[in-house]
Amino acid sequence: MKRVETECTLTVNGVDHAVSGLHPGESLLDTLRERCGLRGSKGACEEGECGSCTVLVDGEAVCSCLTMAAAVSGRSIVTVEGIGEAGAADLQDAFLRAGAVQCGFCTPGLIVAADALLTRNSSPSVDEVREGLAGNLCRCTGYGRIVEAVLDTASQRREQP
Amino acid sequence: MTTTSTSERREVTAIAGGVGEPVLRPDGGAKVDGSFEFSSDRSVDGELWAVTVRSPHPRARILNVDVSAAVALPGVAAVITADDVPGVNGFGLIASDQPVFAVDEVRFVGEPVAAVAATDAETCARAAELVVVTYEVLEPLLDAERAIDGTFEPIHPDGNLIRHQRIVRGDSDFVGEVIVEGTYEIGMQDQAFLGLEAAVAVPDADGAGVELLVATQWLHEDRRQIATCLGVDEERVKLTLGGVGGAFGGREDISLQVHVSLLALVTGRPVRAAYSRSESFIGHVHRHPAAIWMRHHADRDGTLRKVEARFVLDGGAYASTSSAVLINAVTHAQGPYRCENAVVDGYAVRTNHLPCGAMRGFGVVQACFAHERQMDRLAAACDMDPVDLRLLNAMETGDHLITGQRVENVAPVARCIRETMALPLPEPETEDHVLSLPGGAGLTADGSVVRGVGMAVSIKNLMYSEGFDDYSTARCVVRDGRVALKFATAEVGQGFVTIAMQIARTELGLADVDFESIDTAVGSAGSTSASRQTWMSGGAVVEACRGVVGQILDQVATDRELDRDGLRIEGEWVTADGVPVVMVAEAVAGHLFEFTAEYHHPETTELDEYGQGDCHTAFAFTAHRAVVDVDPDLGLLRVVQIATAQDVGRALNPLSVVGQIEGGVAQGLGLAVMEEIIQTNGVIRNASFTDYLIPTIADMPPVVISLVEEPDPRAPLGAKGVGEPPCISVTPAIVAAVDDALRKAGRRVSPLTRVPIRPQDIALAGEGSTATVGS
Repeated sequence: MKRVETECTLTVNGVDHAVSGLHPGESLLDTLRERCGLRGSKGACEEGECGSCTVLVDGEAVCSCLTMAAAVSGRSIVTVEGIGEAGAADLQDAFLRAGAVQCGFCTPGLIVAADALLTRNSSPSVDEVREGLAGNLCRCTGYGRIVEAVLDTASQRREQP
Repeated sequence: MTTTSTSERREVTAIAGGVGEPVLRPDGGAKVDGSFEFSSDRSVDGELWAVTVRSPHPRARILNVDVSAAVALPGVAAVITADDVPGVNGFGLIASDQPVFAVDEVRFVGEPVAAVAATDAETCARAAELVVVTYEVLEPLLDAERAIDGTFEPIHPDGNLIRHQRIVRGDSDFVGEVIVEGTYEIGMQDQAFLGLEAAVAVPDADGAGVELLVATQWLHEDRRQIATCLGVDEERVKLTLGGVGGAFGGREDISLQVHVSLLALVTGRPVRAAYSRSESFIGHVHRHPAAIWMRHHADRDGTLRKVEARFVLDGGAYASTSSAVLINAVTHAQGPYRCENAVVDGYAVRTNHLPCGAMRGFGVVQACFAHERQMDRLAAACDMDPVDLRLLNAMETGDHLITGQRVENVAPVARCIRETMALPLPEPETEDHVLSLPGGAGLTADGSVVRGVGMAVSIKNLMYSEGFDDYSTARCVVRDGRVALKFATAEVGQGFVTIAMQIARTELGLADVDFESIDTAVGSAGSTSASRQTWMSGGAVVEACRGVVGQILDQVATDRELDRDGLRIEGEWVTADGVPVVMVAEAVAGHLFEFTAEYHHPETTELDEYGQGDCHTAFAFTAHRAVVDVDPDLGLLRVVQIATAQDVGRALNPLSVVGQIEGGVAQGLGLAVMEEIIQTNGVIRNASFTDYLIPTIADMPPVVISLVEEPDPRAPLGAKGVGEPPCISVTPAIVAAVDDALRKAGRRVSPLTRVPIRPQDIALAGEGSTATVGS
């Protein structure tokens, strides 16, 4: 059985990663974790249900477990490791202060998804936060502190634009 | 007496970041920037990947296992089966009845038969498909009652009955003026922690031992079981806690630990493994599905006089912690209410279903659902308000359980009920946002939505029971003014590391607290389960710190020629008879102090044949009120609000307590309205997050919380465990609220009796009322 391989260049957090020996169907999540050494993005369902693997591709939040790495070659990818420098340090801090982090496994994906939400909508209502983050599962917190962290960040950004 | 210089600020105030403050978690920074290492994030140079080959049948005889084709695949380093287990081919928390790899017979779908180590995960998967197991399929035991009545042949050498416990107290012939009875069903729930099982095993230098990085709840117990299976001394097995992505009971049992350790020894190379979500569903134990019958007897005024109950817990193929789960269930049958007469029987049985064991609230979740549904039935039969009925019967300190045990703890049951009911109700919905309708965006209800309110109350035992000495160990070192704490307490996300840091600051008056690796290089901490670590490991940290405080004060007394008896640490100061003499940081400079402490809780006893004995260590109490909106036509519901008052003793970290409460409520809500593992003929049908639903952010209502703080004199620092109580009575409270809505809609008069509630339970007619009023 001949193994088909390809190569591509992934631009992650502003850094180019030349990836070779790539199976064409390999997920962006696996490539980030096992080939680029970026293990901040997590896998917890392998089918786009839990959101733990959320990354930004050209500013849009996607499930990296459902995205083929080869398909996002040359596009701008931001992961949790780069989201702080990309402008979400306040959101990270808000998650911590609000108590939105327990085991922390969902946290990388949630912070990326929440950042994308706030980019789309700088003044979300509670329902809009709930709707915007409904694709990210958390098993520890019951989500109350997460809603608070996102609303806090939005309100602080409004006060200090 | 030392005088205070006016040039110095010698004000004794509590140290910043000490006990009682909402201190932020020390691992939080790494968790928000992605640098925190979970067990699945660890890789080692030269590592092999491992995968488990599992049974497709719920029950079958193994005729042959042929690994030759798998071994021949390039890249495969080893394929192991039962023949390769060098020690005892059996593990388990209480009984060692579960094989590392099946021998002769498989007993559930997903039971490990072999394991493969290869150069990469893809080769592992291909090799696993080449392992040829020839089975003779046998009829599975799937009906728990047949395990009890003896009409099915033993499916395991230990038999089909894991444990039976009877409780008889008071007058077993007592007949009440009012009698209500019902039969209740609780579905199988999964812990569904986000961080899947993962581990890395590295053989040690001489290849006879192994170092294992794993996400677990109890390092030392894992070590005991692994060493037994490997046939090596425990000293040859070193465990380090990998970052844990949630646990909730599902990591208390062995899953992949022995497989990767044995493959590391066989291959002489590091071995890494990680479960998929579907494998995780069959690779760890679940909450026991239960069938519970209860009959309550009361006086006409609602005074509870007698509880009769029969519990059947389906333990699945292996024992795990079934016997402890059963004891929790039967001993909590009365709920947080006085009751002098009881006849209770409980059975934990073996079937060819998925094995069941610990999950948050183990046993008590099942009991509480039944007793709270009964209290609602009793209230209706006595024509009383359900709140008033519960207040009338509310347990107090000094009351007795049906085991004869006196409740010595602070027991603010009535206060929890009153404070819960006093919390504000939600405002009526003012706009028709799609998320505010039952069914949400996908299955939106129409205009016939009815709101209901229900409530429920729980009692939960804390720590282990039945004579088990689940002690905890902690070491405190003060060097160069910095504190270093060492313990083996599994930090699973609950925030014990935060609490430990706060305790050290308050006890020692030193701000800088570091943690050493959480591993087996120190004594056992016991399990991170049973709401026990704040009490047990918190107690160990308190005692270790106090040991060091004694050494510091000895030092100060000697250095400054002060009377030792008058010295204390208050805030950041050493004081003499209350007067500050030197800051602790200054007093400890240049010195090394070290103290290791073991904390033991008061002894408990086993139950006798009538279920009598002081088997539990301590108790905590909680009340929940639920508000729901129901569409009775479509069978849809939405939980609108949860209110809860919880007996926490003392909130060492209010932010952490709120996190435990909100998270626990979410899991109890999940059990009430959506979470159930479905098995057909022993085959799991929904082993994915597409099909096994857990609450999303859109499913979770606001949780309004009142912390009932009455410090418990029996608890270190007065603090009770807070992990399990939030997820127990919330489930029956939600179900009671749905009943209330259906009554208001004129749709249903008999109570809902199963969780999770399914659309057909709401939309279709239920059974008739079974309430009777005696003469």
